[in-house]
Amino acid sequence: MTTNAPLVLDRVGFRWPGRAGFRLTVPDFAMRPQESVLLLGESGSGKSTLLSLICGIVVPQQGVVRVDGTDLASLRAGARDRFRAERIGVIFQQFNLLPYASVEDNVRLPLRFAPDRRGRAGDAGAEAERLCLALGLAPELMSAPAGRLSVGQQQRVAVARALIGQPPLIVADEPTSALDARTQDAFLGLLFDQVRAAGSALLMVSHDDRLGARFDRVLRLEDIAQTQRVAA
Amino acid sequence: MILRLVLGSLTARALTVGMTILSIALSVALFLGVEKVRTGARASFADTISDTDLIVGARSGSVQLLLYSVFRIGNATNNVTWQSYQDIAARDEVDWIVPMSLGDSHKQFRVMGTTPEFFERYKYRGGRPLAFAEGAGLGDLYDAVIGADVAQALGYTVDAPIVVAHGLASFTEHDDQPFRVAGILAKTGTPVDRTVIVGLDAIEAIHVDWKSGAKSGSVTPTEVIRQMDLEPAAITAALVGVKSRLQVFRLQRWINEYPQEPLLAVLPGVALQELWQIVGVAETALIGVSGMVVVTALIGMMAMIFSSLNERRREMAIWRAMGARPGVILGLLVAEAACMAAIGAVLGVALLYGALWLARPFVDQAFGLWLPIEPPSLQELRVLLAVIGAAALASLLPALRAYRLSLADGMMVKI
Repeated sequence: MTTNAPLVLDRVGFRWPGRAGFRLTVPDFAMRPQESVLLLGESGSGKSTLLSLICGIVVPQQGVVRVDGTDLASLRAGARDRFRAERIGVIFQQFNLLPYASVEDNVRLPLRFAPDRRGRAGDAGAEAERLCLALGLAPELMSAPAGRLSVGQQQRVAVARALIGQPPLIVADEPTSALDARTQDAFLGLLFDQVRAAGSALLMVSHDDRLGARFDRVLRLEDIAQTQRVAA
Repeated sequence: MILRLVLGSLTARALTVGMTILSIALSVALFLGVEKVRTGARASFADTISDTDLIVGARSGSVQLLLYSVFRIGNATNNVTWQSYQDIAARDEVDWIVPMSLGDSHKQFRVMGTTPEFFERYKYRGGRPLAFAEGAGLGDLYDAVIGADVAQALGYTVDAPIVVAHGLASFTEHDDQPFRVAGILAKTGTPVDRTVIVGLDAIEAIHVDWKSGAKSGSVTPTEVIRQMDLEPAAITAALVGVKSRLQVFRLQRWINEYPQEPLLAVLPGVALQELWQIVGVAETALIGVSGMVVVTALIGMMAMIFSSLNERRREMAIWRAMGARPGVILGLLVAEAACMAAIGAVLGVALLYGALWLARPFVDQAFGLWLPIEPPSLQELRVLLAVIGAAALASLLPALRAYRLSLADGMMVKI
């Protein structure tokens, strides 16, 4: 397993080019391998921007974002996209899946753009099924179109997709907000078990501080990042 | 896997995608159909007459001469005197000459008086001779040979009686001298199918009691007519074959400069070419219109992709989050368009063959046009490829928009 820090943000400064919005600064934030961190923040506190920076969708004007030891700004756009596919598993709030594709195809999708990760996954079909079963999905769902699953099932498929090929970093954007309280807890239990099994670090963003108990660290977004509103 | 996802995405939007594919299929079928009819018409047109070196008639235009002598469309403005005919026949260059006398009709079909040699000399479709489906050629003075369409339309069999009407669309009939169907020709796909052929002397015979276009009071009995000298005073046109092709132009010039009477001799191939040039304008227009229909269908597809972009931003964001470059998004949309066009093209070809198979007997009967059902030609395959290529090209516009959207949205789309 890698000994690199899965995520380092060092004196990062960013503002969306050409439009009004935030200027986001992150002086210093880092995660240890296999660490789980919960970032608490209300919507509008710059968390989408932060996630875009971490995933390399945008690059900061100042400072360095380092994922698994690599400075994202040192990569060209196409290489950053591939790097994201290789190193980061992403779970959204909702509508994670391509509704017309089967569960198996959805889980295997990131491997399509990440040859190294595909290598680590071994037999991709079997690995996808193993993850889905471990996350409590019935085996007959593997070939079902993802759009037919319940929201809870879809979120578990999204977890399987993020974890396949064991990326060093999992980024989850309010993955439980669409679930009711009871399913939330079961979902988090399964998520933590599998993240641990994969040896990945987990960065979850949420506005719900009740989730905190399971995490190694709970931080408020405003503790690590400052936002200023700027005109265009 | 990508292709599977593309197809999955298309089937998930079955209704709109289906409509788009249908419009592409219909436009492709129309385009290829027009092309088929065009080439079919051109071929059957050029096949109408062959192995005839010159067509001779009274001086008019070459297209007009071709129309009335071969296609039985329109009328001659003047006749060729029997004397001129004999002068031409006596020329050294002439190998054979067949006279034609037109002007009378039977029901909606034209009657042509000629000599029995016509059946040997008239050739079509690269030298094919006329063949009898039933019966035989002209034996008796009052024998008639009918074309396949005449027999079918009027339900005639051998030995059926025929009364020839004077002129075209006329109510005066030569009912005193009925003919007998002696033979029925096999189908040729040429105007011969719609012609009633009688002897040149028979045309003379039925006009014995006619003076300057009107029936005189007296009726000459047929026994008397049979004893008469039925040499015609004039004919409408003649088909000429020469001994050596090298002599064609010399003979043509001689006929065109014939001092006793203004005559016109044309080479059938040249006249056909000229006639086709006139028809060709409509042909080009037809191709243009059906091409526009294809373009319209593709623009429809483009509009469909554009309108679907907004609802698919989420999908694009998922692709991006999974590590797909914006170029992959662009490729996906172009691949979807190419898939739709390919399915549309295949469906269009299927539609065309279905329609061709259904409509062929009707088209043959109504227009004397036999459309061949053959595997798609290289030219048609090229058209299909062009349609798919154009679809991919047309989809570039919405795809570029998706590209820009996905660059701006990244993976965070707020819905």
